[in-house]
Amino acid sequence: MPENVTFHFDVDGENFTSAGEASVMVKKKLRQLGLPPEVIRRVSIAMYEGEINMVIHADGGDADVTVTDDEVIIVLSDRGPGIPDVGLAMQEGYSTARDNIRSLGFGAGMGLPNMKKYTDSMEIETEIGVGTKITMTVKL
Amino acid sequence: MKIKEIRELLGAELLCGEEYLDNDVFSACCSDMMSDVLAYVKDQGVLLTGLVNPQVIRTAGMMDMVCIVFVRGKEPTEEMIELASDCGIVVMKSRYRAYEACGHLYTAGLVPAPEDK
Repeated sequence: MPENVTFHFDVDGENFTSAGEASVMVKKKLRQLGLPPEVIRRVSIAMYEGEINMVIHADGGDADVTVTDDEVIIVLSDRGPGIPDVGLAMQEGYSTARDNIRSLGFGAGMGLPNMKKYTDSMEIETEIGVGTKITMTVKL
Repeated sequence: MKIKEIRELLGAELLCGEEYLDNDVFSACCSDMMSDVLAYVKDQGVLLTGLVNPQVIRTAGMMDMVCIVFVRGKEPTEEMIELASDCGIVVMKSRYRAYEACGHLYTAGLVPAPEDK
Protein backbone atom coordinates (compact mmCIF):
# COMPACT_ATOMS: atom_id res chain seq x y z
CA MET A 1 0.00 0.00 0.00
CA PRO A 2 1.67 3.26 -1.06
CA GLU A 3 0.42 5.43 1.77
CA ASN A 4 -1.70 5.22 4.88
CA VAL A 5 -5.48 5.13 4.52
CA THR A 6 -7.53 6.84 7.22
CA PHE A 7 -11.22 6.86 8.09
CA HIS A 8 -12.98 9.15 10.55
CA PHE A 9 -16.42 8.69 12.07
CA ASP A 10 -18.50 10.74 14.49
CA VAL A 11 -20.15 8.22 16.79
CA ASP A 12 -23.62 9.44 17.71
CA GLY A 13 -24.34 8.92 21.38
CA GLU A 14 -27.92 10.18 21.29
CA ASN A 15 -29.51 7.18 19.69
CA PHE A 16 -28.67 3.59 20.58
CA THR A 17 -30.32 2.38 17.36
CA SER A 18 -27.37 3.65 15.34
CA ALA A 19 -24.69 2.18 17.65
CA GLY A 20 -22.31 0.07 15.59
CA GLU A 21 -22.82 1.88 12.29
CA ALA A 22 -19.21 3.11 12.15
CA SER A 23 -17.87 -0.41 12.69
CA VAL A 24 -20.07 -1.78 9.90
CA MET A 25 -18.66 0.91 7.60
CA VAL A 26 -15.07 0.15 8.62
CA LYS A 27 -15.58 -3.54 7.96
CA LYS A 28 -16.82 -2.76 4.44
CA LYS A 29 -13.91 -0.44 3.75
CA LEU A 30 -11.31 -2.94 5.00
CA ARG A 31 -12.85 -5.55 2.72
CA GLN A 32 -12.57 -3.13 -0.19
CA LEU A 33 -8.89 -2.68 0.68
CA GLY A 34 -8.48 -6.45 0.44
CA LEU A 35 -7.12 -7.01 3.96
CA PRO A 36 -6.98 -10.62 5.25
CA PRO A 37 -10.36 -11.83 6.62
CA GLU A 38 -8.95 -12.62 10.08
CA VAL A 39 -7.53 -9.09 10.39
CA ILE A 40 -10.86 -7.60 9.31
CA ARG A 41 -12.68 -9.77 11.84
CA ARG A 42 -10.40 -8.76 14.72
CA VAL A 43 -10.54 -5.05 13.87
CA SER A 44 -14.32 -5.18 13.43
CA ILE A 45 -15.04 -6.88 16.74
CA ALA A 46 -12.64 -4.67 18.75
CA MET A 47 -13.96 -1.48 17.19
CA TYR A 48 -17.59 -2.55 17.53
CA GLU A 49 -17.15 -3.26 21.25
CA GLY A 50 -15.47 0.12 21.68
CA GLU A 51 -18.12 1.92 19.69
CA ILE A 52 -20.92 0.35 21.74
CA ASN A 53 -19.06 1.37 24.91
CA MET A 54 -18.80 4.98 23.71
CA VAL A 55 -22.56 5.08 23.11
CA ILE A 56 -23.45 3.39 26.41
CA HIS A 57 -21.06 5.27 28.69
CA ALA A 58 -19.93 8.48 27.01
CA ASP A 59 -22.66 9.87 24.71
CA GLY A 60 -20.60 9.03 21.66
CA GLY A 61 -17.28 10.38 20.45
CA ASP A 62 -14.80 10.10 17.59
CA ALA A 63 -13.50 6.98 15.88
CA ASP A 64 -10.40 7.08 13.71
CA VAL A 65 -9.04 4.10 11.84
CA THR A 66 -5.68 4.16 10.05
CA VAL A 67 -4.42 1.38 7.81
CA THR A 68 -0.65 1.35 7.35
CA ASP A 69 1.67 -1.09 5.60
CA ASP A 70 1.85 -3.37 8.58
CA GLU A 71 -1.03 -2.63 10.95
CA VAL A 72 -4.49 -1.22 11.52
CA ILE A 73 -4.70 1.46 14.23
CA ILE A 74 -8.06 2.19 15.86
CA VAL A 75 -8.40 5.30 18.04
CA LEU A 76 -11.64 5.86 19.96
CA SER A 77 -11.93 9.19 21.82
CA ASP A 78 -14.81 10.40 23.94
CA ARG A 79 -15.61 13.24 26.29
CA GLY A 80 -17.43 10.99 28.73
CA PRO A 81 -17.05 10.54 32.49
CA GLY A 82 -13.72 8.64 32.32
CA ILE A 83 -12.98 5.23 33.85
CA PRO A 84 -12.30 5.47 37.63
CA ASP A 85 -10.53 2.10 37.93
CA VAL A 86 -9.15 0.72 34.66
CA GLY A 87 -7.95 -2.49 36.31
CA LEU A 88 -11.46 -3.21 37.54
CA ALA A 89 -13.01 -2.29 34.19
CA MET A 90 -10.68 -4.77 32.49
CA GLN A 91 -12.00 -7.66 34.60
CA GLU A 92 -14.32 -9.99 32.74
CA GLY A 93 -17.87 -9.59 33.99
CA TYR A 94 -17.40 -6.18 35.63
CA SER A 95 -19.88 -3.68 34.23
CA THR A 96 -21.39 -0.36 35.23
CA ALA A 97 -23.99 -0.50 32.45
CA ARG A 98 -27.57 0.09 33.58
CA ASP A 99 -30.31 -2.52 33.32
CA ASN A 100 -31.82 -0.82 30.26
CA ILE A 101 -28.54 -1.48 28.42
CA ARG A 102 -28.63 -5.14 29.42
CA SER A 103 -32.13 -5.39 27.99
CA LEU A 104 -30.59 -4.29 24.68
CA GLY A 105 -28.16 -7.22 24.79
CA PHE A 106 -25.05 -5.47 26.10
CA GLY A 107 -23.41 -4.68 29.43
CA ALA A 108 -22.06 -8.13 30.32
CA GLY A 109 -18.71 -6.65 31.28
CA MET A 110 -16.91 -8.27 28.37
CA GLY A 111 -16.30 -5.23 26.16
CA LEU A 112 -12.84 -4.07 27.27
CA PRO A 113 -11.44 -7.61 27.84
CA ASN A 114 -12.72 -8.58 24.41
CA MET A 115 -11.10 -5.52 22.79
CA LYS A 116 -7.79 -6.54 24.35
CA LYS A 117 -8.24 -10.15 23.27
CA TYR A 118 -8.80 -9.31 19.62
CA THR A 119 -6.01 -6.74 19.25
CA ASP A 120 -2.20 -6.88 19.40
CA SER A 121 -2.00 -3.83 21.65
CA MET A 122 -4.46 -1.69 23.56
CA GLU A 123 -3.73 1.50 25.48
CA ILE A 124 -6.28 3.31 27.64
CA GLU A 125 -5.83 6.97 28.54
CA THR A 126 -8.60 8.20 30.79
CA GLU A 127 -9.28 11.18 33.03
CA ILE A 128 -12.29 11.55 35.30
CA GLY A 129 -14.69 14.18 33.98
CA VAL A 130 -12.62 14.73 30.83
CA GLY A 131 -12.90 11.58 28.75
CA THR A 132 -11.26 8.41 27.54
CA LYS A 133 -9.02 7.63 24.59
CA ILE A 134 -8.41 4.03 23.58
CA THR A 135 -5.77 3.16 21.00
CA MET A 136 -5.73 -0.36 19.59
CA THR A 137 -3.57 -1.96 16.92
CA VAL A 138 -3.98 -5.11 14.88
CA LYS A 139 -0.95 -6.29 12.92
CA LEU A 140 -1.40 -7.31 9.30
CA MET B 1 -26.37 -28.29 6.90
CA LYS B 2 -27.81 -26.01 4.27
CA ILE B 3 -29.57 -22.85 5.39
CA LYS B 4 -32.75 -23.99 3.64
CA GLU B 5 -32.79 -27.08 5.89
CA ILE B 6 -32.81 -24.76 8.92
CA ARG B 7 -35.83 -23.04 7.50
CA GLU B 8 -37.57 -26.40 7.00
CA LEU B 9 -36.63 -27.80 10.43
CA LEU B 10 -37.90 -24.68 12.19
CA GLY B 11 -40.91 -24.09 9.94
CA ALA B 12 -39.48 -20.62 9.63
CA GLU B 13 -40.60 -17.73 7.48
CA LEU B 14 -37.81 -16.32 5.33
CA LEU B 15 -37.50 -12.54 5.60
CA CYS B 16 -34.42 -11.93 3.43
CA GLY B 17 -31.45 -13.67 1.82
CA GLU B 18 -33.20 -16.20 -0.44
CA GLU B 19 -30.12 -16.28 -2.69
CA TYR B 20 -28.04 -17.78 0.13
CA LEU B 21 -30.37 -20.66 1.09
CA ASP B 22 -28.14 -23.28 -0.56
CA ASN B 23 -25.09 -22.15 1.42
CA ASP B 24 -23.73 -24.53 4.07
CA VAL B 25 -23.43 -23.77 7.78
CA PHE B 26 -21.56 -25.93 10.27
CA SER B 27 -22.49 -24.63 13.70
CA ALA B 28 -24.87 -22.36 15.58
CA CYS B 29 -25.29 -20.47 18.83
CA CYS B 30 -28.25 -19.07 20.72
CA SER B 31 -28.19 -15.95 22.89
CA ASP B 32 -30.05 -12.78 23.73
CA MET B 33 -26.82 -11.24 25.02
CA MET B 34 -24.87 -9.75 22.15
CA SER B 35 -21.97 -9.20 24.58
CA ASP B 36 -21.68 -12.97 24.94
CA VAL B 37 -21.92 -13.54 21.20
CA LEU B 38 -19.02 -11.12 20.73
CA ALA B 39 -16.98 -12.70 23.51
CA TYR B 40 -17.51 -16.40 23.04
CA VAL B 41 -18.55 -17.11 19.47
CA LYS B 42 -16.15 -18.25 16.80
CA ASP B 43 -16.99 -19.66 13.39
CA GLN B 44 -20.64 -20.10 14.20
CA GLY B 45 -22.67 -19.47 11.10
CA VAL B 46 -26.11 -19.22 12.68
CA LEU B 47 -27.44 -17.04 15.50
CA LEU B 48 -30.74 -17.85 17.17
CA THR B 49 -32.09 -15.04 19.32
CA GLY B 50 -35.19 -13.55 20.87
CA LEU B 51 -33.65 -10.08 21.00
CA VAL B 52 -34.93 -7.62 18.42
CA ASN B 53 -32.80 -4.58 17.67
CA PRO B 54 -30.38 -3.46 14.93
CA GLN B 55 -27.38 -4.50 17.04
CA VAL B 56 -28.40 -8.15 16.54
CA ILE B 57 -27.76 -7.71 12.82
CA ARG B 58 -24.58 -5.68 13.32
CA THR B 59 -23.22 -8.14 15.89
CA ALA B 60 -23.84 -11.07 13.54
CA GLY B 61 -22.17 -9.10 10.76
CA MET B 62 -19.10 -8.39 12.88
CA MET B 63 -18.82 -12.10 13.71
CA ASP B 64 -19.15 -13.14 10.03
CA MET B 65 -22.36 -15.02 10.78
CA VAL B 66 -24.51 -15.80 7.77
CA CYS B 67 -27.97 -16.56 9.18
CA ILE B 68 -30.13 -15.15 11.98
CA VAL B 69 -33.23 -16.91 13.28
CA PHE B 70 -35.61 -14.88 15.43
CA VAL B 71 -37.40 -17.27 17.76
CA ARG B 72 -40.80 -17.07 19.50
CA GLY B 73 -42.21 -15.41 16.38
CA LYS B 74 -40.28 -12.20 17.07
CA GLU B 75 -40.62 -9.73 14.27
CA PRO B 76 -37.57 -7.74 13.13
CA THR B 77 -38.18 -4.26 11.77
CA GLU B 78 -37.93 -3.32 8.09
CA GLU B 79 -34.78 -1.38 8.93
CA MET B 80 -33.19 -4.49 10.42
CA ILE B 81 -34.11 -6.61 7.40
CA GLU B 82 -32.61 -3.99 5.07
CA LEU B 83 -29.44 -3.91 7.14
CA ALA B 84 -29.20 -7.71 7.00
CA SER B 85 -29.75 -7.70 3.23
CA ASP B 86 -26.98 -5.17 2.89
CA CYS B 87 -24.66 -7.39 4.96
CA GLY B 88 -25.57 -10.55 3.03
CA ILE B 89 -27.19 -12.22 6.03
CA VAL B 90 -30.20 -14.57 5.80
CA VAL B 91 -32.97 -13.61 8.25
CA MET B 92 -35.90 -15.83 9.21
CA LYS B 93 -38.38 -16.09 12.04
CA SER B 94 -39.72 -19.22 13.71
CA ARG B 95 -42.62 -19.75 16.07
CA TYR B 96 -40.50 -22.17 18.13
CA ARG B 97 -39.11 -20.99 21.45
CA ALA B 98 -35.33 -20.79 21.70
CA TYR B 99 -34.89 -24.08 23.54
CA GLU B 100 -37.07 -26.00 21.09
CA ALA B 101 -35.49 -24.39 18.06
CA CYS B 102 -31.99 -25.26 19.31
CA GLY B 103 -33.13 -28.82 20.04
CA HIS B 104 -34.40 -29.34 16.51
CA LEU B 105 -31.19 -28.05 14.95
CA TYR B 106 -28.91 -29.93 17.36
CA THR B 107 -30.76 -33.21 16.80
CA ALA B 108 -30.39 -32.72 13.06
CA GLY B 109 -26.62 -32.38 13.45
CA LEU B 110 -25.98 -28.65 13.75
CA VAL B 111 -23.68 -28.44 16.77
CA PRO B 112 -21.87 -25.64 18.60
CA ALA B 113 -18.34 -24.80 17.45
CA PRO B 114 -15.50 -25.22 19.95
CA GLU B 115 -15.14 -22.25 22.28
CA ASP B 116 -12.66 -19.61 21.19
CA LYS B 117 -9.68 -19.70 23.52
